[in-house]
Amino acid sequence: MADLNEAAPAQLDLAGLEERAREARREIVRSVGRAKAGHLGGPLSAVDVLVALYGGILRVRPSEPGWPERDRFVLSKGHASIGLYAVLALSGFFPVAELETFDRIGTRLQGHPDMTRLPGLDMSTGSLGVGVSTAVGMAIGAKRLGRDTRIFAMLGDGECQEGQVWEAAISAVRFGLDNLYAIVDVNGLQQFGWTDDDGGRTRPWSIEALAGIWAAFGWTVRVIDGHDMAAIVSGIGAAIGERVDGRPNVILARTVKGRGVSFMEGHFEWHARVPTAEETERALTELAS
Amino acid sequence: MNPALTERPVQTIRSQREVFGETLAAMAVARPDILVLDGDLANSTRADIVAERAPGQFLELGIAEQNLFGVAAGLATMGFTPYISTFACFAVARALDQIRVTIAQPHLGVKIAAGYSGILTGSTGKTHQMVDDLAIMRAMPGMTVLAPADDTEAEALLRLAADLPGPVYIRLARDPVRRVFEAPYASPMGAPIVLRTGGSVVVVSTGTQTARTVAAVESLAEDGLDVGLVHVPVLKPLDDAALLTTLRGRRLVISVEEHAIVGGLGGAIAEVLAEAGGPPLRRIGLDDTYGESGSNDDLLERYGLSSQRVADQVRTLIGELAG
Repeated sequence: MADLNEAAPAQLDLAGLEERAREARREIVRSVGRAKAGHLGGPLSAVDVLVALYGGILRVRPSEPGWPERDRFVLSKGHASIGLYAVLALSGFFPVAELETFDRIGTRLQGHPDMTRLPGLDMSTGSLGVGVSTAVGMAIGAKRLGRDTRIFAMLGDGECQEGQVWEAAISAVRFGLDNLYAIVDVNGLQQFGWTDDDGGRTRPWSIEALAGIWAAFGWTVRVIDGHDMAAIVSGIGAAIGERVDGRPNVILARTVKGRGVSFMEGHFEWHARVPTAEETERALTELAS
Repeated sequence: MNPALTERPVQTIRSQREVFGETLAAMAVARPDILVLDGDLANSTRADIVAERAPGQFLELGIAEQNLFGVAAGLATMGFTPYISTFACFAVARALDQIRVTIAQPHLGVKIAAGYSGILTGSTGKTHQMVDDLAIMRAMPGMTVLAPADDTEAEALLRLAADLPGPVYIRLARDPVRRVFEAPYASPMGAPIVLRTGGSVVVVSTGTQTARTVAAVESLAEDGLDVGLVHVPVLKPLDDAALLTTLRGRRLVISVEEHAIVGGLGGAIAEVLAEAGGPPLRRIGLDDTYGESGSNDDLLERYGLSSQRVADQVRTLIGELAG
């Protein structure tokens, strides 16, 4: 693996990224099943984008996680931590075997990301809504330092109910942060949410509504299929390549909560439900094929 | 303390907010990593002095405190030393989660200059008065908590904060108080400062309440009561051993603070004295109550924090001791 990800997104090995995403999903399910704790729905919806980011879009050095010139990534939806850990491990930041320690006492892989424990994490998160503001600070800082650093922050569509997200959105425009890329994992479900007339669960926002709101705040908006590796790579690549001076960028990734495991897909209960041993085996069997 | 932290003697007494603006402006000119982030209160907190003298290092974040603190956290990860300009109430109460999760837990070097602390907030009333900030910030793991007595000490501690590792909360007052320390200020970081040795009774104070308490013990001395006075500028990390040294062997310790008697200076001393087995403690401050609108003099009178009222209460407590 190249130490420094300098490949243009168009040159990335899509089949390789897709295979890494399958492996990451297996590690996510194994880790949560083993820990009997953690979240599954959100990590499984976010993981394809995470694989693309760490597989060639972010300029980072797994062997030198504190490299000052690196691009930054903030996982504002911190409950998807195991998704990020699986991808960091598979990208060479730490041994994959360390995923066995997830959520255990003394682990570097805390339930929510803790930058004081694990090198490679650019921010501690867990309380929803806080991440984009910190990314705004990093983006202002990068500009002040005259660096071509890109700042990425991933948040959830449910998380967009937090008012701080919009405080951050306003300030990013005011400071002209065209080096800032928010990615919203629009999986359409949250921990409990609201009941529809037909007994289902109401989406936190329609993706169209969310796109309109971000655009109204002054961000450049793109909508991509968050499970199609080619679309992810080309969509984020276009956001970077075609960025408009002074405008922050948001990518809305249309995803499915629990993606990849048939009995989890689209069920809000799997936000934080822990699978039984039998369910873990069934999920791993599905993900093996 | 680093001698470089002390400045030339200043003749005119300044308010701590003026000191904040002038000191940060000077620091910003000298150090490119120093930034002042304002929550649209610069002409109150006097961060407007920074905006004028070092405009490139003044960042206006508008009326959005949660974002203000998050942005500061992000800047700290990029090697900057951000100072926050807002009121104590909006920092501690409005943005508590952001301070906890994105500043204190990752132990980032954000310096919170909490202006308009206590009850003397320009007649704005209980929403803008913060009587529990010391309790909240003292309980937060990893937070350094400073409360300077006057303009001289405010300048020294504002400068010191830049080089302390991790987050720092600095309690600043809106209006000028009597000067307690003449420059050069050279107190060792963390140690309580004995302003008057006194006899069997000692008063312990913090922040700008110390300036009023100096006058209180002076008036008691004129009446023949030799009451000691210890000032605590660093509430956390509290130098327990040094504090105990100043209190041990007394017959009575009295804490006084422009803050709730729960969890602040009085609470801290209670913890230390309870573990040490005495001496007995009485606490002066706000007793499970919010403040209200009013002039500074009227508020100090009503809540028992004027020099006269402190002296009266100390006299009464000494009387109870004798009785």
